[in-house]
Amino acid sequence: MSINPALEGREYPPAEPFQVSREAVREFATAVQASHPAHHDVDAARALGRGDLVAPPTFAVIVAQRAEAAVVADDEVGIDFSRVVHADERFTHHSPILAGDTLHATVRLERIRVMGAGAMVTTVVEVAAEDGTARSTVTSSLLVRADDAEEDA
Amino acid sequence: MSTPQTPAQTPDIAAVEKGQEIGRRTVALSRTDLIRYAAASGDHNPIHWNERFAREVGLDGVIAHGMLTMGAAVDLVTEWVGDPGRVVDYQARFTKPVPVPDVASGAPDAPTAELRIVGTVGTVDAEAATVRVDLAVTLDEAKVLAKSQVIVQL
Repeated sequence: MSINPALEGREYPPAEPFQVSREAVREFATAVQASHPAHHDVDAARALGRGDLVAPPTFAVIVAQRAEAAVVADDEVGIDFSRVVHADERFTHHSPILAGDTLHATVRLERIRVMGAGAMVTTVVEVAAEDGTARSTVTSSLLVRADDAEEDA
Repeated sequence: MSTPQTPAQTPDIAAVEKGQEIGRRTVALSRTDLIRYAAASGDHNPIHWNERFAREVGLDGVIAHGMLTMGAAVDLVTEWVGDPGRVVDYQARFTKPVPVPDVASGAPDAPTAELRIVGTVGTVDAEAATVRVDLAVTLDEAKVLAKSQVIVQL
C-alpha cells in the first residue's frame, strides 16, 4: 500500500485525556535516567517555583504518540507500521508539564512527502492543560519505507 | 539511579559563551533499560525487546527507542540550567540505530551499549535570554542523533 499525500492537513478528534501522576513523572524520569530532583521530589520542584513535579523535556512523547496512533490507524493514509522508522522529533514547550495536569492532545497530519515508493509523514500534536493553557507542540516525522517488491521495481 | 541532589543554580547569561562546553556524560543501556522505557512511555514496539521480530523487520537485533536516547541525552542540559521548566525547545534527528545486544551470560541488566553525550553552547541570544545547546550523542564514536539542539530560557 502506498501513502496518500492528498490527506495532508487532516485533523483528528482529540485523544483520550491523559492524567499526569507523580508516579508517571518519576517512572518516566527514571527510565530516561533523568536525575534532576524536580522530577522526583515535590519539595525540590516547589523550591523552583513549580507547583508540582516537573516532567522531563521529552515526557510529552507519551501523549503525542497516543494521539499519533490515530494517524497510523487511518486506513486512508495507508501507513504500514511494520515499515516505519522514527526520523525526527521536536518539542516546543509553552509551559512546563506538571504532575496533576490533565493533558489534552490533538493531532494534525502536517505533511506527507513522497520519496520514491516510500514517504516521510510529519505530524504535529498540540498538547494543552485542562484549562486550555498550551503546554507543548510535538512535531514528529516517520519514514515509511517502501516494501521490498516496490523497491525492486 | 535517581538520587535527589541539590539543583545547580541557573547560569548567568552574561557569563555564557558560544563554544563553551556545558557538560558531558555517559549513558549505559541494558535490555532492562529498554523494557523500563517501554513501560514508562507506552511504546511497546517489539523491535525494542524481541530479537526475532527485530531481525524479521531487517534489523541486526534489538535496538533502543530513539526517544530513549533523546530523553537520556538532555538531562545534562536540565542539570546545567538548574530547572527542567527552562527547557523550552528540544529537537533531534535519529540517524543511526543503537543496538542493545543481550548479554552473553550473567545478569540480564548488564549494560551492552554506552552512549557518550557532550553539550556545547551553539548560540547565545542575550535579548531573548535564551541559549541553544548542541548535543553530540555518539555510540562507539558514531553519531546517533543529528541536529540535536536544546533551547533553554535563562
